[in-house]
Amino acid sequence: MKVLMFGWEFPPLSTGGLGTACYGLTKSLSRKGVEITFVLPYSFDADNADFLRLVSATNVKIKRIASALQPYMSSQEYRKSMGKKPSQKIYGSTLFDEVHRYTLAAEKIAEEEDFDVIHCHDWMTFGAGIRAKRKKNKPLVMHVHATELDRTGGHKVNQHVYDLERHGMHKADKVIAVSNFTKNKIVTHYGIPPEKVKVVHNAVDFSQHYYDEDFGIKKTDKIVLFLGRITLQKGPDYFVQAAKKVLGHEKNVKFVIAGSGDMEPFIIEKAAELGIADKVLFAGFLNNDDVERAYKMADIYVMPSVSEPFGITALEAMKYKTPSIVSKQSGVSEVIRHCLKVDFWDVDEMSSKIIALLRYKPLHETLKEDGYFEVKRFSWDTPAEKCIQVYNELISKG
Amino acid sequence: MVSVCFYFQVHQPPRLRKYSIFEIGHHNNYFDERKNEAIIKKVARKCYMPANSIILDLINKTDGKFKVAYSMTGIVLEQLEKYAPEVIDSFKALVNTGCVEILDETYHHTLSYLYSKEEFKEQVLLHSKKIRQLFNYKPKVFRNTELVYNNDIAGFIGKMGYAGIIAEGADHILQWRSPNFVYKPKGLNNIKLLLKNYRLSDDIAFRFSEKSWKEFPLTAPKYADWINKINGNGNVVNLFMDYETFGEHQWEDKGIFEFLRHLPSEILKHPDNDFVTPSEAIKRYDAVAELDFPHYVSWADIERDLSAWLGNKMQQEAISQVYNLEPHVKLSKNPALLDEWRKLQTSDHFYYMCTKWFNDGDVHKYFNPYDSPYEAFIAYMNILNDFRMKANKLGEVKVVG
Repeated sequence: MKVLMFGWEFPPLSTGGLGTACYGLTKSLSRKGVEITFVLPYSFDADNADFLRLVSATNVKIKRIASALQPYMSSQEYRKSMGKKPSQKIYGSTLFDEVHRYTLAAEKIAEEEDFDVIHCHDWMTFGAGIRAKRKKNKPLVMHVHATELDRTGGHKVNQHVYDLERHGMHKADKVIAVSNFTKNKIVTHYGIPPEKVKVVHNAVDFSQHYYDEDFGIKKTDKIVLFLGRITLQKGPDYFVQAAKKVLGHEKNVKFVIAGSGDMEPFIIEKAAELGIADKVLFAGFLNNDDVERAYKMADIYVMPSVSEPFGITALEAMKYKTPSIVSKQSGVSEVIRHCLKVDFWDVDEMSSKIIALLRYKPLHETLKEDGYFEVKRFSWDTPAEKCIQVYNELISKG
Repeated sequence: MVSVCFYFQVHQPPRLRKYSIFEIGHHNNYFDERKNEAIIKKVARKCYMPANSIILDLINKTDGKFKVAYSMTGIVLEQLEKYAPEVIDSFKALVNTGCVEILDETYHHTLSYLYSKEEFKEQVLLHSKKIRQLFNYKPKVFRNTELVYNNDIAGFIGKMGYAGIIAEGADHILQWRSPNFVYKPKGLNNIKLLLKNYRLSDDIAFRFSEKSWKEFPLTAPKYADWINKINGNGNVVNLFMDYETFGEHQWEDKGIFEFLRHLPSEILKHPDNDFVTPSEAIKRYDAVAELDFPHYVSWADIERDLSAWLGNKMQQEAISQVYNLEPHVKLSKNPALLDEWRKLQTSDHFYYMCTKWFNDGDVHKYFNPYDSPYEAFIAYMNILNDFRMKANKLGEVKVVG
């Protein structure tokens, strides 16, 4: 079976769960004998020497399209990044021009390639998928890792992006959602019939090995970690509010915020305003190795997302034996039991659970051990099998 | 001759409030009175009242040939007195027939025997007193919380003057032997042992409404036929189960009450069958052998051990912390504090923290008021920390004074 796949991030050039998911899924699909041509935007100024080496499987072919597209980018951010790079004349002048350029280039690749099914990941690639379908008349799968409603938390939804998503999902032969939480959004807010949407939960890759490391900061303090983009969707403001409340009861604890994003200045100011600037540390955007170290260093991982289609980071934290507190407004909370769950807005409950984990050692230990055990049972083979099932159903329908 | 011996467990725990960590030190109320009231009223309506009325009817119709036994915890009786006193009256009517036996147990449905023998004894006496007050009845047979049993408990209970004790007919103890005889505990001649026939008990308690079970649907004639087959190789079939089986765990619309209504007459159709209470079974039948229970056995889960209450670190920590407070609580001589402490010992609190089934969609969930075992532990520990502050304060005052 041959799949033409359109994505827009892949490790190590990834800033979020989408890249991790595409990588894990692709690897497992290829192990199961699926041949994949993966089409990706490719920025000339990015350092990606290791890029191809990561895809060790022989039946994965990477096709690159020179592009300034970056995942999770907004129109403003695109404009800003273009301003810094006047030399790159080939790129479109707005984000949507650039997406359109990617779509046209992708169409060309579709013309040259031989495939049985098209599989697209998130809105920037939906146009490409539709064109490829039109060209070759092959079934089209739209895989939704996040919607515009998640990214914006429902405020200031970009109509253009929403329209592209909606159009893409309607044109698709099948929509894959990463959780029931996301499926509900697709059905309710995008008008897609529920029977057309299949839920395929993400997984976590267990190949990395675990080793212990001493961290200086831990001699005096316990660490509560936030790791993700510092944007409205991820709920960093709730994290800081919870930190304030916890610090009123527990002294030897530090709150680490790892990541970057448009809310970063606001969150830094907020911490200062709350008088906890010395207790909240900003680690900035971390590379893969440091992400791993951050999870290991942390005593508690908190994912206070306002709207999280899945939330692979919670599985990753558990993999590194760090007990997790996750937002109930997430896909991952549907599939894991050995974590604590809170409503993202419930700062009292969030801080109460952080304190409980700091104080009650048996709670921490049980969650650490059972969580590790639970997450071990996840494998990308499960979602890969479900995707293959979707491919087969679509192909047999002709 | 086969004697059928029914014993029903009647119990509802004092459920705790979701006590916040920020309430520690405020000494707020620990118990979720609204939830406890709602649940006891619901169970009274769905189970206790209809089941009691059917059983009273059966006793009358069979001229007292149908007999049953109950073990009712002190805390369920307290809740019934407060929120559903009509249930107490209907139990009184049952006891007055002379065909109903009441067993003793710990008042607060606790695992206190494992942590403090002195406290255990006080709780058993408290229960005995409550039964005497309400029903003018003196129990002669003892059943420990969740049928937790070993040789030592039997010895202790024998010394307290009971003629019989109840345990699970666990396969690993019985091995080739049958649960359908009266036994005696290892090395004891003053007390006899009745073992639960868990297969026949669970056919009613767990499998009655199970559509995938090959015997579904279970009817009274079919069940009576299974009992008849024991004729010739057993004396007494001990059918022990939660009373809430009737109407609460197995629903009325699935036919559980119809089953109960028809079962006695079906069993009595065979001339060699009858019904006995635990005391009668002990009196009538000699012990066929001595049974050795060196380790604790309970009636819970497939393991039949203590792992449902003490299987993980959270459970072990919580329970040992509550018993560590015994000297402080007793030093305070404060009855309200003592009562609260005992209600914090109820075994259900620790059962809610069990994680062993948590991975596979779980049987425990139906009975668990918390979203997860972790939530159960957090609420309990917050309460216990608050309670410790109270106990230390009150305990200290007494020492100084």
